[in-house]
Amino acid sequence: MNALSVAAAVGGAPTGADFSHDTWWIWAIKAVAILVFMLLSVLFAIWFERRVVGRMQVRPGPNVHGPFGLLQSLADAMKLLVKEDIDVSAADKIVYLVAPMIAVFCSLLTYAVIPMGPQVSMFGHSTPLQLTDFPVATLYILACASVGVYGIVLGGWSSNSTYPLLGSVRSTAQVISYELAMGLSLVSVFVLAGSMSTSQIVDSQIRVWWFLPLLPAFVIYVISMVGETNRLPFDLPEAEGELVGGYTTEYSSMKFAWFFLAEYINMLNVSAVATTLFLGGWRAPWPLTAIDHGVLNTGWWPLLWFLAKVWLLMFFFVWVRGTLLRFRYDQFMKLGWKVLIPSALVWVVCVAVVQGVRQFTHLQLSTLLYVLAGLVIVGLIVSFLIPEKKPEQRAAPVKEFDPYADGYPVPPLPGQVLPPSPRAQRRMAVQTATDATAPQVTQEVPRG
Amino acid sequence: MSALVALVPASLTGAGVTTTGEAILFWTLGPIMVIAALGLLFARKAVHAALSVVVVMISLAFLYVAQDAVFLGVVQVVVYTGAVMMLFLFVLMLVGVDTSDSLVETLRGQRVTALLGGIGLVVVLAGVVGRATYGPAKGLTAANADSNPVELARIVFGQYVFAFEVVGALLVTAALGALVLTHRRRLTARVTQKERADARVRNGHTLTPLPAPGVYARHNAMDVPALGADGQPLDISVPRVLRVRGQEADAAEYAARIDRVLAGGWASGGGAFTSATQIGPVGGTTPPEAADHEAAVVGAPVPGVHAPSGPQDAGDATVQDQRTEPKP
Repeated sequence: MNALSVAAAVGGAPTGADFSHDTWWIWAIKAVAILVFMLLSVLFAIWFERRVVGRMQVRPGPNVHGPFGLLQSLADAMKLLVKEDIDVSAADKIVYLVAPMIAVFCSLLTYAVIPMGPQVSMFGHSTPLQLTDFPVATLYILACASVGVYGIVLGGWSSNSTYPLLGSVRSTAQVISYELAMGLSLVSVFVLAGSMSTSQIVDSQIRVWWFLPLLPAFVIYVISMVGETNRLPFDLPEAEGELVGGYTTEYSSMKFAWFFLAEYINMLNVSAVATTLFLGGWRAPWPLTAIDHGVLNTGWWPLLWFLAKVWLLMFFFVWVRGTLLRFRYDQFMKLGWKVLIPSALVWVVCVAVVQGVRQFTHLQLSTLLYVLAGLVIVGLIVSFLIPEKKPEQRAAPVKEFDPYADGYPVPPLPGQVLPPSPRAQRRMAVQTATDATAPQVTQEVPRG
Repeated sequence: MSALVALVPASLTGAGVTTTGEAILFWTLGPIMVIAALGLLFARKAVHAALSVVVVMISLAFLYVAQDAVFLGVVQVVVYTGAVMMLFLFVLMLVGVDTSDSLVETLRGQRVTALLGGIGLVVVLAGVVGRATYGPAKGLTAANADSNPVELARIVFGQYVFAFEVVGALLVTAALGALVLTHRRRLTARVTQKERADARVRNGHTLTPLPAPGVYARHNAMDVPALGADGQPLDISVPRVLRVRGQEADAAEYAARIDRVLAGGWASGGGAFTSATQIGPVGGTTPPEAADHEAAVVGAPVPGVHAPSGPQDAGDATVQDQRTEPKP
């Protein structure tokens, strides 16, 4: 971490985007563009996920409809549109109908405050590539996400069926526990950037992107964003191996498609938030910023960097899905409450203390960081000196090798040797018998 | 919500005049909020009442934002709608979708006490509010001079920091109290997943998932036992509940039928395509109605057709306690 650049970055107060030249039709253009972008991105994301997971599992994935199978998700969407819409007769009708709408509507709100680029010229008007921004834009994103979960929760409850209910109960608990960690990890960005407005946060990352100095917060955010979007390994509300389809079990046709849409839009949302808050937003990555005095950070270029970063995170989502297994529910809760929230709290306190010391004393940040690094190293050395806690007295270790320990066929550990197989024993016994001309042959009955 | 911020900037001037935009917003949201608030009182189902509260909360947040209290509006949604009401829903959902409120008074005199307490609170509040005096209004532009959250932070962490800390301490105490009161000491050692797996192996339980019911080609119903590799019907494949209720279909009947089909004859003669309508047999052995040509495709040879064999009977009991094991 380059301490000096951090100091320089947090030195000047960041300035937000300037919306003063916007007219109503520029707003309309931006809003419609965001909607179209979200829907197209979802179609692309589904294809992208299936292709990438397919490649990871050594199979081609969808490759029939359109070039590279690109039209596959369009075909799926059409199929869902024209399928029969089955209503559950025992369902709570209104809530059952409203739930998918809540999910989609709330997921579409987030991109309104995501800065996708700096000031550009749009039909002669200078306007930022962002629909709107205000001092608490990041909190607004959290608010939209937390209301969006009502869609899942109510959908599961109103279906009046066991598996959806279990899915929605899980989803509630999941949201409550992971949103805390998520919010806390964002707080350290607020502290350093000095603002909760998204365009100002992007502006505060001119020198260094926050994911470097705030690495722990970034890690916590990435974990909790996977939890927040119900993706593997945290897809417990819709775990198909345990709950059939979770909260979506009783939904069909377009209502199901809305839930599906909301899930993928949410993936794009959290990726965009991670990009904006930790990965420098629309700013060009390091070597490219040097080209022609940062021309790549002006005009429409930044849209490219923004999309590249978002899709990098989307790839991460898919990669994680292709790699990890689903958590057991208690492990999942333990991770949230006993690991993520405490570490996020400790990290926020650390950041706040450092920031406070800088604000109220005239200490150089580099000195402060060196002192902190020294403290950490001393702490590490001391921790090595503390005698290791002895593991609890389990059963006395068995010296001789038992090939069927606890009924499992087990391989020998290093230093242990497999006993001779029954046939080898017989042969050896015959050998000894012929050697000693003794008539008795003993044979051990194999266990198991 | 974001559009509102821009649409209704500085809606309240120093003199307290309401702009048209804010008036429209208020008269739209006002009735919605009143109806939702009445819904809280009169809704039959607890979840509907909770949803009414959610509607009121979100509308309230809109009004806050329209009055330039952006931070308050958004935090209202994050904290109350997103966390507190979600916890409420969590509890209410477990009650079930069809239950409505019980109106039986469990504590004697509860209503009278509540009424008296409510009247007392109103009296106290009216007294305090009536005697309070306010300074002249500064105007929102002055109040939000250094952005809304910053100015709010100055008040909360400057002027009211003591009250804030006291409330924080109170909440932490309440949370700890709840933890202490609901804490149970663990009397026995915790059984881990590994120990459970070991025990299962040692006791000879089925290690794999149990076989799925109904692997006969025509009859994939829950109550039809699957055939094992040896061609014997596997009783454990039928859910335990069905077995206990005696709703299990007779495997022997099916096997015999399939045998007949394999031998080249019709299963029960005639009605080949009428079988799909029958739903869940109720009284034990309900033979399948008819087999059609597809039944002839059944691959598994069925030798001795009668009665579940020994090992599966023995497995029955073990399967039962295996299924009722509590989750770790």
